[in-house]
Amino acid sequence: MDLIIFVQQLINGLVLGSIYGLIAVGYTMVYGIIGMINFAHGEIYMISAYLTAVFLALLATLGIQSVPLVLLLVLLLTTLFTALYGWSIERVAYRPLRSSTRLAPLISAIGMTLVLQNYVRLGQGAKSQGVPPLIEGHFRLFLTGSDQFVQITYIQCLIIVAALLGMSLLTYLMQKTTLGRSCRATQQDRIMAGLLGVNTDRIISTVFVLGSAMAAIAGVLVSLNYGSFDFHIGFVTGIKAFTAAVLGGIGSLPGAMLGGLILGLSESFFSGFVNTDYKDVFAFSILVLVLIFKPSGLLGVPEVEKV
Amino acid sequence: MKSALKESGMTALIAFLLFGPLSGLVLSGYGIEVHGFRPLLMAGLVFVGHLCFTLFARSSLGREWSASVFGRRDGGVTVARGERGHRLLIAGVMLLAFSLPLFLSKYWISVAILALIYVLLALGLNIVVGLAGMLDLGFVAFYAVGAYGYALGFEYLGLGFWAAIPFGALLAALFGAVLGFPVLRMHGDYLAIVTLGFGEIIRLVLNNWGSFTGGPNGVRVPAATFFGLEFSRRAKQGGEPFHQFFNITYSSAHKTIFLYGVLLVVVLLITFFVVRLRRMPLGRAWEALREDEIACRSLGINHVTTKLSAFSMGAMVGGVGGVFFAASQGFVNPSSFTFFESALILAVVVLGGMGSTVGVIVAAIVLTVLPEILRDLASYRVLAFGLAMVLMMIWRPRGLIRPQRPFFPIKGSS
Repeated sequence: MDLIIFVQQLINGLVLGSIYGLIAVGYTMVYGIIGMINFAHGEIYMISAYLTAVFLALLATLGIQSVPLVLLLVLLLTTLFTALYGWSIERVAYRPLRSSTRLAPLISAIGMTLVLQNYVRLGQGAKSQGVPPLIEGHFRLFLTGSDQFVQITYIQCLIIVAALLGMSLLTYLMQKTTLGRSCRATQQDRIMAGLLGVNTDRIISTVFVLGSAMAAIAGVLVSLNYGSFDFHIGFVTGIKAFTAAVLGGIGSLPGAMLGGLILGLSESFFSGFVNTDYKDVFAFSILVLVLIFKPSGLLGVPEVEKV
Repeated sequence: MKSALKESGMTALIAFLLFGPLSGLVLSGYGIEVHGFRPLLMAGLVFVGHLCFTLFARSSLGREWSASVFGRRDGGVTVARGERGHRLLIAGVMLLAFSLPLFLSKYWISVAILALIYVLLALGLNIVVGLAGMLDLGFVAFYAVGAYGYALGFEYLGLGFWAAIPFGALLAALFGAVLGFPVLRMHGDYLAIVTLGFGEIIRLVLNNWGSFTGGPNGVRVPAATFFGLEFSRRAKQGGEPFHQFFNITYSSAHKTIFLYGVLLVVVLLITFFVVRLRRMPLGRAWEALREDEIACRSLGINHVTTKLSAFSMGAMVGGVGGVFFAASQGFVNPSSFTFFESALILAVVVLGGMGSTVGVIVAAIVLTVLPEILRDLASYRVLAFGLAMVLMMIWRPRGLIRPQRPFFPIKGSS
């Protein structure tokens, strides 16, 4: 095995895995709390990519030049607006179905996916859009005695740092604060938590907001990293992030990050050493195999069927 | 009134914030164009709509209405009265369907073919989702298997149109059984995701395995023949073309009309089959499994074979749809079989009412023909489908037409 390619794919895999992890958080938290797959979460990520471009352009029009300021503002605005989208989707499409059959929210979510995709297509046009390069530059590590090198761009570093920061913040929020305690209580037993004075509807909304905010961070950074996107990107990335959530054990927060990293690394190595064309097939196969053989994932608790 | 205004105002504000950046600020290159009117219009619509709805819901009429709609959510099944009265109607519809080619142009006949293909797909998915209660998000895979079964069956095995129908059906049923087997222990949403994964894997393989499937360029499909008679102006494979044999003037519409006729017969046969199936023990077992799996298993129903049969029969019907799709297009490539197509078929089934055969058929025809009539609004089609799916789940999760249980009168009782 070529060492340079190995290290390069390791870095690419870590970056990809951080992104999957950030998006997977939204799936895992929502599944943990109301037991539904928020199929529209991938589209939330897509929307955040568009919002990034819109806000970047807006700030450029307003004449704000300083790169750290622009980055901070875009991150803040996109996160806020994406979170608003997450909140509204829950309010409109899922909350009225709380007492419905198990398939109803999933079908509603698929409907929402179609709505969001086509709303963006109609609003912003079908062609792919882009953002100007905001942060350029990279570190290069040279192999001693040769001109081969491993490259990591500043944005890639930023992605890994942001994923770590975001995840630790979220873990802190979930483990140490009153809000987090209410979330965990609602996750364990929604009715009991409600009886003990937790406003469960508000907690569920909060979970959607937090999940969307994490997806927004991923959306901003991915847009800055790759530079271009279209209204289709939500679907495949969403499925892969869901795979990551399932792999790590759906409902478990550290599981989402772990699953994201494993999926990102294995996908990266697969496309680096085996075949690029089949990398999506590889990811989907992981999804199918995990769901068939170990649906509770690596860190999850097996679901017990009660009569 | 005041609180209603305030509430609607808040909703409109949120709507404005939501719509503002994505429809009001349109990206062009790295810059933006401002379309301030669009989000304002949408927020205004939301305000008016929300206000009307709130005021209506607060009036006494509205309270009665919402109680009647949301109150009896689970009592969605009515028992069918006999079917004698329907016979005349069914005969009328069949007569109309068979006489359509007499007064429709070739273009509209091909729209009708597409509508019938969607009827097949929806009937197939309805067996899996509506009757057996398994949400299959990868149904398009079986559609693809049918279509490619015809295309590749011709290329490698030399199968013609007539041989392709059973071949495509069996191949799809086989795929259904093979894919269905490992996923049967799963319930609800996990099953949905796994089938979605399978559907995507099949499409990606069709796309990437260029040496066998032709890859993204697709495969050409031979035209259908009438017992060996070709519909082209001159017979390419020797022999006489159709119009010479019957001594009529050549028209390119013959092929379309012929395909429509065959498809109509197949659709009628399959509809009959599905309707009868629901009354058989197998169909009843599907519906019982949908309602309560554990109870069924403790009553001795073999859940594996029951579910597997639903899965492969649904797949088979989808496969037949695929064969006709390939025959009508004359060409297949993987881009016709994306997840989006699965979602559309699901939308048809959901809007028709899961489990209702008549509802699903009507929905398939309406949802294919309507966008053709409203050409100008075609780009809003999918948006409307998605909205309708969400509203349907909130308002009437069991569909517009209430599903009816088969009913058997006992002789001697009144």
